[in-house]
Amino acid sequence: MKGIILSRKIKNKLNATWMTIWTVFIFFIPLLLTAGLILKSSILLKDHSFFNLVTSSIWKPLSGEFGFLPFIISSLLVTVLALLIAGPVCLLSAIHLTQYANRYILQIMQPVIDILAGLPSVIYGVWGIIIIVPFISEKIAPLFGIQTSGYTIISGALVLSVMIIPFILNILLDIFNAIPKELQEASLSLGASQWYTIKFVLIKKAFPGVVSAMGLGLSRAFGETIAVLMVVGNVASIPKGIFQPGYPLPALIANNYGEMLSIPLYDSALMLAALFLLILVIAFNLISRLLIIRYEKRFA
Amino acid sequence: METLSVSKKVIPITNYQIPKKIQIENLNLKIGKKHILKDISVSVPKNKITVILGPSGCGKTTLLKSMNRLTDMYPDMEVTGKICIDDEDILHSGTDVTNIRKRMGLLSQRPYPLPMSIYKNIAYGLKISGRRKKRFLEKRIRHYLIQASLWDEVKDRLREPASSLSIGQQQRLCLARGLAVDPDIILADEPTSALDPISSQEIEKKFLELKNGYTIVMVTHVLRQAARIADYVIFMYLGEVIEQGPAYEFFNNPKTEITRAYLRGSIN
Amino acid sequence: MKRGSLNKYYLRKISLKAEEIFFRATMLFSSCIIIFILLLIIYSILQKGLPSLSIDMLTQTPKGGFYFGKEGGILNAIIGSIYLSLGATSLAFIIGLPVALFMNIWLSHKKKLVNSFRFILDLLWGIPSIVYGAFGFTVMIYFGIKASLIGGIVVVSLFILPIMIRAIDEGLKSSSVGLIEASYSLGSTKTETAFKVMMKQCLPCIITAVLLSFGRSIGDAASVLFTTGFTDHIPTSLTQPTATLPLSIFFQLSSPIPEVKSRAYAAALVLTVIILIISLSSRLFTIKYKKNRINF
Ligand SMILES: Nc1ncnc2c1ncn2[C@@H]1O[C@H](COP(=O)(O)OP(=O)(O)OP(=O)(O)O)[C@@H](O)[C@H]1O
Ligand SMILES: [Mg+2]
Repeated sequence: MKGIILSRKIKNKLNATWMTIWTVFIFFIPLLLTAGLILKSSILLKDHSFFNLVTSSIWKPLSGEFGFLPFIISSLLVTVLALLIAGPVCLLSAIHLTQYANRYILQIMQPVIDILAGLPSVIYGVWGIIIIVPFISEKIAPLFGIQTSGYTIISGALVLSVMIIPFILNILLDIFNAIPKELQEASLSLGASQWYTIKFVLIKKAFPGVVSAMGLGLSRAFGETIAVLMVVGNVASIPKGIFQPGYPLPALIANNYGEMLSIPLYDSALMLAALFLLILVIAFNLISRLLIIRYEKRFA
Repeated sequence: METLSVSKKVIPITNYQIPKKIQIENLNLKIGKKHILKDISVSVPKNKITVILGPSGCGKTTLLKSMNRLTDMYPDMEVTGKICIDDEDILHSGTDVTNIRKRMGLLSQRPYPLPMSIYKNIAYGLKISGRRKKRFLEKRIRHYLIQASLWDEVKDRLREPASSLSIGQQQRLCLARGLAVDPDIILADEPTSALDPISSQEIEKKFLELKNGYTIVMVTHVLRQAARIADYVIFMYLGEVIEQGPAYEFFNNPKTEITRAYLRGSIN
Repeated sequence: MKRGSLNKYYLRKISLKAEEIFFRATMLFSSCIIIFILLLIIYSILQKGLPSLSIDMLTQTPKGGFYFGKEGGILNAIIGSIYLSLGATSLAFIIGLPVALFMNIWLSHKKKLVNSFRFILDLLWGIPSIVYGAFGFTVMIYFGIKASLIGGIVVVSLFILPIMIRAIDEGLKSSSVGLIEASYSLGSTKTETAFKVMMKQCLPCIITAVLLSFGRSIGDAASVLFTTGFTDHIPTSLTQPTATLPLSIFFQLSSPIPEVKSRAYAAALVLTVIILIISLSSRLFTIKYKKNRINF
């Protein structure tokens, strides 16, 4: 009997040990990622100044010229546009679903959001090619008197905005649901209408949360690869308008992995692009999440 | 008008004659199949403190909320019956629900200051009623803060966020905010349950002062608090009103076995 | 109040009402447009994919000339994707489950530590899969490993690990407090509490987490682009390169030949159906889970 208890205790100890090791290992993943990417990209930084790399717009890997500016600008344009499209839709829908919608709409919307969130990137890309690209080239661009193939910044932004809608909406729903009902009751009991309450109390209370949700959406959009790559055109020059093709950073990495080993410094340049992505995404995530945490603390 | 608190005679409920402020008849409230309030018929006397007592989950908060139609916030609540305030049925009247609510101040279990400054918290209700002149607002805000005994503590920090106040101060701010819409009824749902003893006492004292001008309905869990301030008691159990009547009678001569058990402390 | 200010008051009230009506309409419109987009996606994939979907597509590997529109199917990619996702999900599960249990049972009294750990996991979740892919590829080159099934499995499992842990963790978090105490009071050790009591209680949420991670790994293209490669054969060992569905769609769609393109749509339909099945079954589990759960 005693032996059994003892062996149970030993087993318990052993388990605790290897679980600690696993857990610590996970802490190391981001460090490993960053260290690896820095190590690789430092080769390029040895004889190219960082400032030149970021401000030059000439991309000629064969002659050793790596200007990241077109890619950075494309990335920024596509993601910011996507957020401008998705943000308002999500905010309006989140207020609708948490304040006005009846049970039936909620019952429809929950699986809709789930499925949208689960659809793979490549499916959004296929959809973009089937619907968005022709829509832009045949319907929208002619309105502005522009002729285009449809593989443009705005197509990328549209596809991307649809992809981040479920992501942002889910966070916004959590944020609006976290606001205590009693706060609204307090406002209503002072004679405010429901709309007045939403406008002056609810949105104000939720504001920091909404900002962070948008930040998280932006960082999610920044790293999205395949779907954008499929519709954005991939031309390595600075886009002069939203009806021009662009070439975001993730697409740059994904498109060139095949050749990158045959050209000197090419792999190093692509890893630098990955490092950009990693740092930007982590920074945005960090700021947004800290904001959310601070905001949640105020309710406690 | 009789003063009930000094009357030691046992008065049968039917003989209990006094101007009524709120009259509820056959109020039923269901959420889906759940029957939360069952055939409630109660009356609340004017300019008195009426305390709603009962074990947790018996529907006290729900009854209180239905009095100013906050139940509208839950679309799946089904409310039937009559709630008359000054002989006007608020459940079915065509008047704007916001006007009905303006006649009642609400204090909740925990203070919920609006996410704005102390000043704006009180100006909020006034602005909704269309009072926007700065001079007028400042005068009224001072008046209501004094009435809620908060003025001295906050007069130098009116522009600070309301959340920077202590919980007890926040609750008094909520009281001032409620008074500012010039109601004639105060609904309070366990207003002292989150407060320390001293802040609780202040609120109790405030209520005793205010009852000359306001009809106060208060939910509480604390029997001793009820005994201290109640003029009239409504006792609920599992969604039904078991007993209602003057406080003296309720505490000294309970009519039903359930009430006796509750007063002994064996229900909860 | 003076007459003028009274008028102003009613004007304000009316303009607020008008504003509310306008915004309620746009809000409803926003929700409807989200539903509409999903329907549009499913409709367009069905409409393009169904005509070229055939039994051959699902049961054959690419024959010679497949990429010029000749015979064959995408069985290699279907099987490859399933192998890859099964492998990656199992690996992430083997690492993730103990970590989630560890966080909720062994560290249950160190709230701050656990919360900062959750924070880091959420950050990890935000890292784009292309970064994992690029990093994985570099490491594989460094060690001289060719693009292979195992390489893909490892990279994808790293990528889905944070999702797996957090999803299990959320389930454990909501039911742990009372359960842990109850189990200790019966004299169980932490290990027994973790693996017998907690796992039973949270089995549905664990299944949901696994399904979620599986869905992620089968759908992601950016991380396998570098690491698993592509081949027309069904892999027979872990060291062989492997085709995956997302990449198969991607490559076929970039072909100029219409037959190949339309096969890409069919492949997209297959992938969508797989994802829908996963999504639906995890929904069923959560619904069942809510019914059977003991609440503390
Ligand atoms: N929005 C709601 N949806 C479903 N059930 C509800 C809702 N609000 C209240 N209930 C149920 O109605 C019953 C009465 O609730 P109520 O809050 O009125 O009780 P209470 O007497 O105020 O309790 P306590 O003293 O704990 O505050 C409870 O069983 C509660 O679960
Ligand atoms: Mg209550």
